[in-house]
Amino acid sequence: MFEGSPRLGRKKLTFLISGFSFVLLFLSVFLNDSPPASALPLPTVHVRAIPAFARKYGMPCSSCHEAWPKLSPFGQNFKDNGYQMGNDRDAPIFQSPAYWPIAIRTTPMWHRESSNRVLVDDGLGGQNNAEGKVTAHGFDYSGLDILTAGTLAKNISFLFVPSADEAGAFHIESANLRFSNLLNSSWLNIKVGKFELDLLHSEKRGLTLSGQGGGYQNYHFQPLTESSYVFGIGDNQVGLEWMGHSKNDRTRVSAALLSSNDGTPGLPTSRGYDGYFSASHAFEAKGLGVQRVGGFAYVGQAPTYFQFTSGGAGIAGTGVGNKTFYRAGLIGMWYVKKLDVTTIYFHGSDSAFLATNTPANQTLPIGAQAATWNGGLFETHYNWNPQLVLINRYELVRMSRQGAPIIPGSVGVTTAAPDSPIVIGVPSSNFGNIDVLTFGYRYYPFISSRAGFAFHNEYSILRQRGVSPVNGLDVTSSSLLAGFDFAF
Amino acid sequence: MRTTKLAKLCFSIAAVLTIPEMSSAQQMESHIGKLNGHSDAGKQLFYRYCWGCHGFRGDGMGENWLPTGSFMEPYLNIQPRNFTAATFKCRSTPTGTLPTDEDLYNAIKRGFVLSNMPSWITLTAQNRADLIAFIKTFSARWKNEKSGDPINIPPEPKLTVESIKHGQELFQKLECWKCHGQEGRGDGPSASTLTDSNDQPIRPYNFSVGSRFKCGATNQDLYKIFMTGLDGTPMPSFADVIKPDDAWDLVHFLRTLQDAYKSPELALWESTKEGAQQVAARKVSGTPTGSGFKQ
Repeated sequence: MFEGSPRLGRKKLTFLISGFSFVLLFLSVFLNDSPPASALPLPTVHVRAIPAFARKYGMPCSSCHEAWPKLSPFGQNFKDNGYQMGNDRDAPIFQSPAYWPIAIRTTPMWHRESSNRVLVDDGLGGQNNAEGKVTAHGFDYSGLDILTAGTLAKNISFLFVPSADEAGAFHIESANLRFSNLLNSSWLNIKVGKFELDLLHSEKRGLTLSGQGGGYQNYHFQPLTESSYVFGIGDNQVGLEWMGHSKNDRTRVSAALLSSNDGTPGLPTSRGYDGYFSASHAFEAKGLGVQRVGGFAYVGQAPTYFQFTSGGAGIAGTGVGNKTFYRAGLIGMWYVKKLDVTTIYFHGSDSAFLATNTPANQTLPIGAQAATWNGGLFETHYNWNPQLVLINRYELVRMSRQGAPIIPGSVGVTTAAPDSPIVIGVPSSNFGNIDVLTFGYRYYPFISSRAGFAFHNEYSILRQRGVSPVNGLDVTSSSLLAGFDFAF
Repeated sequence: MRTTKLAKLCFSIAAVLTIPEMSSAQQMESHIGKLNGHSDAGKQLFYRYCWGCHGFRGDGMGENWLPTGSFMEPYLNIQPRNFTAATFKCRSTPTGTLPTDEDLYNAIKRGFVLSNMPSWITLTAQNRADLIAFIKTFSARWKNEKSGDPINIPPEPKLTVESIKHGQELFQKLECWKCHGQEGRGDGPSASTLTDSNDQPIRPYNFSVGSRFKCGATNQDLYKIFMTGLDGTPMPSFADVIKPDDAWDLVHFLRTLQDAYKSPELALWESTKEGAQQVAARKVSGTPTGSGFKQ
């Protein structure tokens, strides 16, 4: 950031200290004896920061990001304005022909993953009949995000993000077109394609990367009894969104009409549609900063069986027997000068048919009911300065009503028959509850308008109730990550 | 052994956290209405948001700016403000004087159209006031001089066709067209020769694009521009040349040059035969691009 300044020597020292702490972290865990594991979680959340914008406008990352990739109010307004500054200089005709709106992001890292009750062979000839603590660590790398975004013309912008996992398998994370400021109003913006829902606390722009702490549990939670459909409010969805905001972004509202397939392309499930709504308002608290409160709700439906099958497999798009689910929440984003605190309350509910994997043309198991749960997220960031941010997050998920009756002494979900997905019982009322604590820091050795670079240290520990595969005990998993996160 | 390692780790992290923060040479304050800005708080904001263009030392030599003649092309085609010179375009004060804190506050809030300086409306009012205070630490002028007194802006007279016509006559008489061009497109015969106070090429304002001016969007803002001048640019103050009523007539005429903004002045002008012909002739020579008219 301050290259060429008289303080360069101090910055170098800071970088060296940071690197030293990385080595210490590395050694402290590398020297432990641990059995290897073959399949442990890797960071899979695709996160965004787009240095192509920094290069386009010549602004440092810290303008749009409190700590990249987390947006600042200025960056949020830039995004809400269709990736435009609004100075009549946003259209491509004002750019050098050499400018190419592409950025990449990846994270070479060292990480350690551990889980205390993993299904293993007992070593006596039996297969998958015992539990063991499995730990793995080593050098690794995240997947790759290729971020292309910009304006096609004034008030017409796009975002296209092919993403690869660490094995190199690509998928399309985002592909959308946005028409901004229609009728000259900031209240009329239309986006179509695949996009992240208008979540104020964006998971895509989260500051955590580890296997356990990288994603937000509440954004993807489903009761453990469910296997017939997949949904996460944090998943990018395909559809059409209307979004409006005041000029200074203090008030924001959005509504989206989405295909009921959790963002999967090719119309794989049904002909159903979901709805998403969000609204928030921010106000200035004297001397503290901009405080924001809001709410959101997702009302969806999922098919429970296919109208047509071919060779026993359902034909894509012919899912019927739709049953409803919803997710709703309240959010508060509180700023006390350099400290910001995000608090979210979640509530989720799934139809009894979805909760027990029962096709709608069949009878529900005895005692089946809609599954409901509550969740909370409490995240703090302390922006020491634009180059250093301290991160802490605590999340919890609590089942308030299981979809199937409780069978004391049972382990895991009990199904109607060994080959049936239909659930008829669970072991306890708190089966599947989650607690996860994550903390870490990101240090940005330099900040420029050309590239993003951060040294990232993070530790996360997650406990889930009653889910160990053999004994039905709690499972505790942890991740430790140290890496270099960069975008260019 | 592990305890020792942990202690070292904690020490390392603590060392990172205790990086001494930058200190400015002097403390300054700003006063905008009931807001009091402080340079210490503004410093943090400046080195988060502003230094990329305005430079680490506030001299307008940020990493995005390279003077003309450099081996690389600059990212910006308008040099960011050099705060060490304390010369500001948009003021409510007479030419040559320092602007008021409120002038700078409004500039940050509004941004500068057709430049890379965006509106910082998303910052809190207190943030903007703090930034003003810090910007004032870059030049000793703020310690040695007082801000000028805002000029008096008389009430705007009624809009008439005669007022527009008189403004058009003044546009010729005062030779505004030499820089701004006969159609106000910023393409007058002198346009290509103009430089600012840093000897950087500068382009006259093109009235045919957008609805806003460098220093605001209202008729009062336009009045202020040519009665105070844009210091640091070839645009002089006309305060000693024209009377307030004449200045308002010029405002009314200049509004009719804004093809992309349907102002009352343009509507009235187009309702006359002469005005309709002039506007129609201008439209023929423009190429719509979605971003105003191609320059």
